[in-house]
Amino acid sequence: MTDITSADPMVLTAAPPRREIGIKRRYAAERRFRLYGILAISFGVIFLLLLLWSVVSKGYTAFLQTEITVPVTFTEKVIDPQNTRATNPAVLMAANYPVLARDALAKELGVDPADRAALKEVNSMISASVRVQLRDIVVNDPSVIGKTVPVKVLAEGNVDAAYKGHIDLSVPESDRKISDRQLGWIQQLAAKGELASRFNTGLFVNGASSRPEAAGVGVALIGSFFMMLIVLALALPIGVAASIYLEEFAPKNRLTDLIEVNINNLAAVPSIVYGLLGLAVFINFAGLPRSASLVGGLVLTLMTLPTIIIATRAALKAVPPSIRAAALGLGASKMQTIFHHVLPLAMPGILTGTIIGLAHALGETAPLLLIGMVAFVADFPATPLQPSTALPVQIYMWANEAERAFVERTSGAIIILLLFLLAMNIGAVILRRRFERRW
Amino acid sequence: MSGSVVLLCVLAIGIVAFLLGRLRANALAGPKLSNLHSRPVYYGGFVAIWATLPALLLLAFWSITAPSVIQSSVRGSFPAEVLAAPQAEQNLEFGMITSIARGMKLLSPADAETLAGDAATVRTLLSAKGVPLAGDPKPYMLPAADELNRLTDRSNWLMTGAAVLAALGGLVYALRAIQPKLRARNRVERVVLGALLGASSIAILTTIGIVASMLGEATHFFSMVPAHEFFFGTVWDPRFAAAGSGGSEGQFGLIPLLAGTLYIGFVAMLFAVPIGLFSAIYMAEYASPRVRAFAKPLLEILAGIPTIVYGFFALTTVGPFLRDISAQISGLVTGDYANFIQAQSVITAGFVMGIMLIPYVSSLSDDIITAVPRALRDGSLGLGATRSETVKRVILPAALPGIVGALLMTASRAVGETMIVVLAAGVAARMQLNPFEPMTTVTVKIVNQLTGDLEFTSPQTLVAFALGITLFALTLCLNIYALYIVRKYREQYE
Repeated sequence: MTDITSADPMVLTAAPPRREIGIKRRYAAERRFRLYGILAISFGVIFLLLLLWSVVSKGYTAFLQTEITVPVTFTEKVIDPQNTRATNPAVLMAANYPVLARDALAKELGVDPADRAALKEVNSMISASVRVQLRDIVVNDPSVIGKTVPVKVLAEGNVDAAYKGHIDLSVPESDRKISDRQLGWIQQLAAKGELASRFNTGLFVNGASSRPEAAGVGVALIGSFFMMLIVLALALPIGVAASIYLEEFAPKNRLTDLIEVNINNLAAVPSIVYGLLGLAVFINFAGLPRSASLVGGLVLTLMTLPTIIIATRAALKAVPPSIRAAALGLGASKMQTIFHHVLPLAMPGILTGTIIGLAHALGETAPLLLIGMVAFVADFPATPLQPSTALPVQIYMWANEAERAFVERTSGAIIILLLFLLAMNIGAVILRRRFERRW
Repeated sequence: MSGSVVLLCVLAIGIVAFLLGRLRANALAGPKLSNLHSRPVYYGGFVAIWATLPALLLLAFWSITAPSVIQSSVRGSFPAEVLAAPQAEQNLEFGMITSIARGMKLLSPADAETLAGDAATVRTLLSAKGVPLAGDPKPYMLPAADELNRLTDRSNWLMTGAAVLAALGGLVYALRAIQPKLRARNRVERVVLGALLGASSIAILTTIGIVASMLGEATHFFSMVPAHEFFFGTVWDPRFAAAGSGGSEGQFGLIPLLAGTLYIGFVAMLFAVPIGLFSAIYMAEYASPRVRAFAKPLLEILAGIPTIVYGFFALTTVGPFLRDISAQISGLVTGDYANFIQAQSVITAGFVMGIMLIPYVSSLSDDIITAVPRALRDGSLGLGATRSETVKRVILPAALPGIVGALLMTASRAVGETMIVVLAAGVAARMQLNPFEPMTTVTVKIVNQLTGDLEFTSPQTLVAFALGITLFALTLCLNIYALYIVRKYREQYE
């Protein structure tokens, strides 16, 4: 730009040569600048895709579960050697069921019952959850004793991984979790159709388990569901009421100023601080039970309130004053104006904000860790007061497990969580597109 | 009768009250509704409020105070040697009595008979009913538990009676008060306004709750560990002592945690700021509407992904990748395939957190950049500046205060972030400058200190609240400073 002022006026009379204003350099800089922008955006997008790909590629197999169908003979000698079950039902609870499954599988594979090393390897192909599975069969129907019934048992985590191709077979046998002999058996069973992958319903209905193949997010889903209900039932009415007051009624004074600054700050408080609040107030002071989804719901409510209030106020502000003036002019009171006219018009915006707030609450982990939801909960909670866990917390607990099979489960749980979030966000977008009015 | 049943009773009375009130208003109005001051609904609402509100207040007050009254009454009847014991021990004894009392309600009458005869079998009997006891109950506990049950029962009956009476009383009073001249709408609206005001004060209550609860527990902590040792200590070694051993005090130095927090936050900002800012500039100044409509939501998906997912990504993908690639690099350079980047390290956590922060930086800056008026842009372009020159010399300076504010808010998010650092930064509280080594943060230690099974009075647990209040103050200052900058330096274009 300085070139313009320093240009020689004499030149103007002659055929003017192009003034050197560094146009090439400047255009190059322009192109570079533009490139940086494109690079920045593509970097962000690439990492989004990488993140999703890494989760999905690790996790999609979690929706399949390898099962082995074996004809289990419920031998009386193993279950109830003294034949005392009529008088002492506890015998059926404590019997050595895994042996039944092991022997059945060994027979199926043609393993010599005297070869103890081979039997041990056979045993390690079946999930430890078989004990409970067979016990339930026998306890529900004791007449099964002495008969042979085909039972679908879960394959052990390593067999599952090997069948899905997750185990690197080029590694020497001694460093692998699965032996060559077991691999042979897997192929043998798969060829007969007795070992196969099925859709993993257990992932959705089972509770916590130390065995990856039997672990599921059932309890966590229920806990998260309770918490979302509580958040919705508390945060939506309270948030809307607070916003109506602040937006429509509040006189401009110190107190309302304070509330306003407060809400903005609360929106920026780290979520873990809400966990500390919940621990100190709800658990220590009010004496509510630890690990309960009620406490989690209350904490998440407090955390979501600012989001909902901010969204609701924006929605209320967007309703044009002419609507209010018209209602007031026809003789409605201020309260009637707001509840009969302004609020219904603002509802789509409010609901959109609420759904987004709920989605945030659903994915929140840190505060729940502090109120004791990191618990090994295998039983389904029937009420929000019973111990439970939440979907993101379950993910955190599984992420800390060492076994390879848990990585698959964790990714599977993340996929479930992301699908829920996706559904909620799509719902919010649809709501906004369909019902939001521009004035 | 349990509290929820009483609550339902009162609410049912409320509904009846509403209907009665409306009916009576209609009857009073006669043929012309305009004889009434308000519409009949409001008379119904007026009666319903009178029927429920006092009863609900009574219920709330009763259920808050009654347990402590009953407790002190039961405790008053403790034998002298128990009363002489320290408070904590008495609390334990009382906890056991409540367990016994809970168990006794589950017993059949026959079981209760044997129980009364023999105190020693209590434990086995109760554990068969699913109420485990921590120890063998002392003989005085059974009558005490009985007394507790009796008092609680009586209190519940009294509460039910009082609440129902209050509800009915309110109903009758309000019904009698209905006249055509009664300004029912104004009264109802006043109550609604009060409820709205109450709802908006919850925001203040939350803040007070945060500050008070954390200050309370933190002062408890500072009475055990001097404040200067916490704020200026350079060693973090809380030494998890077994509950009750008391003696071994750890060292609770904040500095290494703060250093880790700020370092990881700094690394995250190093990634997030340039990428986020350039994306925002490109999106606001260059991108065609189609690209914008496609890229902006895509980047915002990053903000919607829960942080636990980022943590898992860092733990299983980014960390091992950096570790392996560092081993390859050092192998190529020195021939020794030793990794110099740890799987859990400052760079892993910082990088992944940076990705998480990109959408915050970009969407905040995007809003600010698009808010710069068209005229400034057109003027600069009209004078012959290229687009990038316009951005650099005109738009960015105009948007600077807003952008700085946005960056400060992003930084406060980085400081308060928990799940990524819990999974990817490590737990070793060290002070060092190598970004390839693990460090730890304030948030990680809050989680670590509170997820164990510790008694709640030990400094090992209470330190979490001191850390929490530090974190709260830190983020609050960043946010207030951001607001201040935005307000002070904002250009007014109108």
